[in-house]
Amino acid sequence: MSIIKVRDIKKVYNKDQVPVHALNGVDLDINEGEFTAIVGPSGSGKTTLLNVIGGLDEPTEGKVYIHDTDMFSLKERELIDFRLHHIGFVFQAYNLIPVLTAKENIAFILQMQGRPQKECNQRSMELLKMVGLEDKIDKRPSELSGGQQQRVAVARALSSKPDFVLADEPTANLDSASTANLLDMMLRLNEEENITFIFSTHDQRVVDRARRIVTLVDGRVDSDEERISNNEQVPNSRKN
Amino acid sequence: MLYLKLAWRNIWRNKRRTLITMASVVMAVLLSSVMSSMQQGQYDQMIENTVGSFTGHLQVQHPDYFEESTLDNSLQVNQELLNTLNDHPKIKSVIPRIDSYALSAGDERSKAAMVIGVDVDSEKQLSEPDQKIVEGEYFGSNAANGALIAQGLGEFLNVGVGDTLVLLGQGFRGMSAAAAYPVMGIMKFGLPDMNKNMVYLPMELSRDFYAVDDRVTSLVILLHDPEEVETVVRELKAELGEEYAVLGWQTLVPELVQAIEADRGSGLILLLILYMIVGFGIFGTILMMTAERKFELGVMIAIGTARMRMAIMLILEMIFITFMGTALGMLFSLPVMYYFNFNPLRFSGEAAMAIEEYGMEPYVQFSTDPAILIQQGTIILIITLIIGLYPLLHMRKLKPVEAMRH
Repeated sequence: MSIIKVRDIKKVYNKDQVPVHALNGVDLDINEGEFTAIVGPSGSGKTTLLNVIGGLDEPTEGKVYIHDTDMFSLKERELIDFRLHHIGFVFQAYNLIPVLTAKENIAFILQMQGRPQKECNQRSMELLKMVGLEDKIDKRPSELSGGQQQRVAVARALSSKPDFVLADEPTANLDSASTANLLDMMLRLNEEENITFIFSTHDQRVVDRARRIVTLVDGRVDSDEERISNNEQVPNSRKN
Repeated sequence: MLYLKLAWRNIWRNKRRTLITMASVVMAVLLSSVMSSMQQGQYDQMIENTVGSFTGHLQVQHPDYFEESTLDNSLQVNQELLNTLNDHPKIKSVIPRIDSYALSAGDERSKAAMVIGVDVDSEKQLSEPDQKIVEGEYFGSNAANGALIAQGLGEFLNVGVGDTLVLLGQGFRGMSAAAAYPVMGIMKFGLPDMNKNMVYLPMELSRDFYAVDDRVTSLVILLHDPEEVETVVRELKAELGEEYAVLGWQTLVPELVQAIEADRGSGLILLLILYMIVGFGIFGTILMMTAERKFELGVMIAIGTARMRMAIMLILEMIFITFMGTALGMLFSLPVMYYFNFNPLRFSGEAAMAIEEYGMEPYVQFSTDPAILIQQGTIILIITLIIGLYPLLHMRKLKPVEAMRH
């Protein structure tokens, strides 16, 4: 079942008064439980597409439906609230709140949702265990390694039980071991908890483990391949 | 609670930035408080020079005396009037005066002088002539047969203690007033004008001289609390009726009120310039603080933090910094204000002469009125909070994608 429907999305930026066509009519459906990598050369529109799906950047044309909600028909305040309840974000630079501990960073989203303190504590402890950082609850981001910070960021993204998690180049700042750990964890969450992940990446190690690979070239979907298991391509893959 | 925690931790994230902002607020409160303290001190001094030591807080006069200050408009004092005044709980003392002018003369020179009749005992509470004696002695009683003259006048007339002072003027209802009195003492007044013009006679002697019997030109009143002038004037007017004029010092010496108002106006301009300088300093720091945190604010909006909640957090940060800065500023101002209260700034040379020209003594004793601190602290607090609105306005327009690209 499609949880995200992207319909004929176009995005034009004005850079120094010159129009830049970042997305040129993208159509894409993402189903529940998918583990999708958006790949493509620099400037192909990967980050712009994720930003549009996440409701962070409004498209010039086209629609994005999340569970049949036309995201850009929402008012700004409703859109922020929609993101809070339905979408988890993981950023390249982790972007944890520096003054909060690992546990508080995870609980932050739940507190924003107005959940009781007890539930916030319970859920954040649960998630820290899930990402293997139960011994780092009181550590601030500056006291954690890059890999650990990114795992806290994933836990934060999952805290509100979102419909899907968007991750923009999540391994770009990580070493090989941390990348492997993070991927193992994300795949485990995808398999065991049926969490939908959509991420942009340049990293071949990430692409190799993705279940679906959407390739963007010049703001268009160039190919869309599904794999039954790692490194195994579906015979009738979609080719745009 | 979450926002309080976030705001408190955020302000200590960049200690230097917070301390710079706080220092701007401290400096602002310190400068404006000290400046206002000096200004208020000057006004208090001007009022004290005129009101506390001569005019009194208020006066009861004949209804026509203020318009036409002649002995013909003097006041018949009766016991009922004195009882009403003495029984009033807010009145500290009632001091009778006969104020008029006469020509004073020594052996060779003469000069117009203000010759006032004073009650020998009660006058000590007002103009303190006994404290001003630099030569000779103060009156022993109201019946004493002699005069006290101001030092400057004595020098001009070349009259000293034991010499004879001749007075020539006009008494009640056109009667001629002429007499010669021995000089009993020389008084030194701080105010140059008074030092050149004053002659004091004991009450009985002045009544004889002016032929006013038991009349006075005014009953000078001192209050327990000088702030209650308006209230007491209102109450006495209601009690005494139209037979008497009850006038507060603001009415009696309007030129003093005008001088203070004019000075307050120029002081306000200086304060406004100071507020602007300090305001821009604080604004610069806040601008830097906002620019530095653009990325972080963008992330917070991206992950679903409502702008209003972020606004609360930023406002709390500003409130923390401003409150601490204001409190410290007030704390640092106090010793400066007290130091210059105990050790007034003394002027010399031309500056002193210029100040004396305005009828003031050439020193400034700072005021320690706590209202100054509260007022200046509140103004700086409000200015900072208004400037603190900038991050909120900035945040309203913040687009998460652009902020995160920053």
